[in-house]
Amino acid sequence: MAAAGETNRGGFRVWLNKRLPVDKFVSDQLLEYYAPKNFNIWYFFGSLALVVLVIQLLSGIFLTMFYKVGESTAFDSIEFIRREIEYGWLIQYIHSTGASAFFIVVYLHMFRALLYGSYKAPRELLWIFGMLIYLALMAEAFMGYVLPWGNMSYWGAQVIVNLFSTIPVFGPGLVEWIRGDYGIADATLNRFFALHVVAVPLAIILLVTLHLVALRQVGSNNPDGIEIKENKGADGKPVDGIPFHPYYTIKDIVGIGVFLVLFCIVVFFVPTFGGLFLEVPNFDPANPLSTPEHIAPSWYFTPFYAILRAVPDQKMGALLMLLSVVAWFFLPWLDRSPVKSMRYRGWWCRGFLAMFVISFLALMYLGLAPAEGIYVTLARIFSVSYFAFFVLMPFYTRWDRVKPVPQRVTFHHE
Amino acid sequence: MSKPLLALLLLLLVGPSLAWSAEAPAAAGTEAAHEGEAAAHVDWHSWHAGNEVSNLSSLQRGARNFFAYCASCHSLKYMRYSRMAEDLKISTEQLQQHILPPDARAADYIVGGLNPTDAVAWFGKEPPDLSLITRARHGGVDYVYRFLKTFYVDPARATNTNNLQLAGAAMPAILSDLGGVQEAVFTDVENVVDGKTVTVKVFSHFETTTPGLMTPVQFDAFVRDTVNFLDYVGEPTQVVRREIGVWVVLFLLALTWMAWLLKKDYWKDVH
Amino acid sequence: MTDAGVVADDAAVDLSRRKFLTVATSATAAVGVVVAATPFVASWKPSERARAMGAPLDFDLSKLQPGQLVTVVWRKQPIYIVSRPNELVGKLSANDASLKDPQSAASDQPEYAKNVMRSRRADLLVLVGTCTHLGCLPKQRFEPGDATLGADWPGGFFCPCHGSRFDLAGRVFAGSPASTNLRIPPYIINGNTLTIGVDGAAGAA
Repeated sequence: MAAAGETNRGGFRVWLNKRLPVDKFVSDQLLEYYAPKNFNIWYFFGSLALVVLVIQLLSGIFLTMFYKVGESTAFDSIEFIRREIEYGWLIQYIHSTGASAFFIVVYLHMFRALLYGSYKAPRELLWIFGMLIYLALMAEAFMGYVLPWGNMSYWGAQVIVNLFSTIPVFGPGLVEWIRGDYGIADATLNRFFALHVVAVPLAIILLVTLHLVALRQVGSNNPDGIEIKENKGADGKPVDGIPFHPYYTIKDIVGIGVFLVLFCIVVFFVPTFGGLFLEVPNFDPANPLSTPEHIAPSWYFTPFYAILRAVPDQKMGALLMLLSVVAWFFLPWLDRSPVKSMRYRGWWCRGFLAMFVISFLALMYLGLAPAEGIYVTLARIFSVSYFAFFVLMPFYTRWDRVKPVPQRVTFHHE
Repeated sequence: MSKPLLALLLLLLVGPSLAWSAEAPAAAGTEAAHEGEAAAHVDWHSWHAGNEVSNLSSLQRGARNFFAYCASCHSLKYMRYSRMAEDLKISTEQLQQHILPPDARAADYIVGGLNPTDAVAWFGKEPPDLSLITRARHGGVDYVYRFLKTFYVDPARATNTNNLQLAGAAMPAILSDLGGVQEAVFTDVENVVDGKTVTVKVFSHFETTTPGLMTPVQFDAFVRDTVNFLDYVGEPTQVVRREIGVWVVLFLLALTWMAWLLKKDYWKDVH
Repeated sequence: MTDAGVVADDAAVDLSRRKFLTVATSATAAVGVVVAATPFVASWKPSERARAMGAPLDFDLSKLQPGQLVTVVWRKQPIYIVSRPNELVGKLSANDASLKDPQSAASDQPEYAKNVMRSRRADLLVLVGTCTHLGCLPKQRFEPGDATLGADWPGGFFCPCHGSRFDLAGRVFAGSPASTNLRIPPYIINGNTLTIGVDGAAGAA
């Protein structure tokens, strides 16, 4: 009961907090959570990923209200949403742009980890959860793309699901089991719908929660790679830390604002983004008898697709494609550098990272291009340099000459 | 603002702007061939429709053209007569008198007049629905523009016609009474492929054998209006989309600026 | 930082500026959120397809037999079109004493149906066949006198769900769970064509 003299509001707050630790949660996670004060631009992408997740959930739920799953109704229902539901076109473009935005943000978020060694101890599990989110995201995007049942939806599904046939012994049976039919069909569409709308989003939300809990446990890394918890002041707070709220809440809001400006420029002015976000063949309905000129997955998959095509053997290609994603999981153990951040590493590490980024981007471009002529050779070269980043890492991270790491973070007051 | 942030912002603003300007209509192009210059290769690949979807009178003419020449075979199955009339400001009387088939209601979807069995018997395939044709082809509106302008005489085919944009097109040259009948002149070009000399026929220019009822300029405008209409049908909300977009982006810029001022104020505390 | 006075002044200015910026930014953001929510809320409005299918419906009256009730669907509602037996129309006023709303003051009908016969024409009754209690479809009981409804039943409608009774103008009898008369939709009559879903200057037969 509220004590005499307390306002009703104060009384409710007391009543609530006795039953649900709201104030404690806010205090622990925002007011008393100290983050390094030297976060730079690379540190926006975590909160932006969360924002995009919310955007996709909201727009996705509303699309599900009007979308009609089924091989004879899906394509028509997308056009119905765009033309006959009020603002349906906006909800649809938000969702298609959000899918690409998610990967842009997540790739930049992952790059930050490479730049500052954010995957190194004690953050290995944080990294693993992040990689699992990435895998779930790829599954979500792949299945989501099938739902409009356009011609690229159909043939993209055909090609990717057929990849599973390369698995020894179980492959062909597995493919038929995934499809639920002898070819990509209504059964496939329906189960992808259930997975895309319910199962995988739940998995993503669970993994994101674990990711955030793991982050809270070990604390954030920073551009200098220094563990701020090792340097506490008289008040028990890290001297190089600042409370997350209000400093990073407001800073992240600015980041979100900039992101939304760019996001809305795409949604309202270039939703197809030159055929990269909404592909031309997908404006034709699925046709099992007519393959698009160039079957390519969406841009965010093309680096791995390029690696798949670079290998002349189908089974080896599929295996290497799988390894090209799996390799990322092992970074915390491949990286033998005594130092976290690139700022204090030498030219071996910087060179290999630069080569890796160039390879990744080159492979992305090559995956979109036809597998002909010089493109094939280039794809092979860049596949080698892509893998070299991982395979040689235990060696060059140890050979590398490191610079002394400072005690305090580098912070310039603007 | 820090330099890397500024650079990233500029980069990310330039990218979409470039993509947007690539999507926006370029200047109209007509045939570049001159009389007597047989050696000049006409670069029909570079022809642009030059249409503006916001031009209402062009859309109205395009609708009239479509229903006069195309609707007898092609459907626009995602577009309702009533929606089109509302967007293009076509009155109910005009819709009833000139556009609506006798047994159709205004709220019906625009269905083509050709029986599918007959279509397959006469042309080998059903005429495709054109609701999304400008979005479903590489080159978009320009593809359809070039398609309508590059029909030529080809005695080897059942329809006596062929097409540069879509080789082996099943559609006959429907617009030839307006644009005229033309022959395509090909020249032999020798290419060296893998050490062997290969002779390839390359398109040079068109020669009009029977002039149409329209002059080339008139016909070009006719085709432009028609593909403009198809551009609209492909995405009826595109003009509204851009109009709303301007306000949304301006609002967000203002809001971001305010948040940034607030951020700077708070971060004065941090040393 | 120099003397306490300067610091205090700076601190005071700082806080008020900070508060102003916070309020201004929050208010603008709130406006943004409301505007952003509008398309999502608007998407629930009936689609163009619903509106097209909810367009006015024509009915050929020459197909209607005397004493017959035909049900058509307009805007997902059952519409009863009844050819009323003329003898019974004249007796409608006799029901007034046992009705809850004889003048249709609390009930839902267009202006031209706010009369005893609750229609444009005495011999034609058009009403929404949904009981005003909880929505079941009332059944026709046009014959006066009825085994279950009693000897002095004047003819009308009987709702099987909870026993509401309505007369041949759709007006609700006292003692029924329903409290208002059956609703009348907008309609016009042009010659032999009844169009449900439009009002209009032209209406009388």
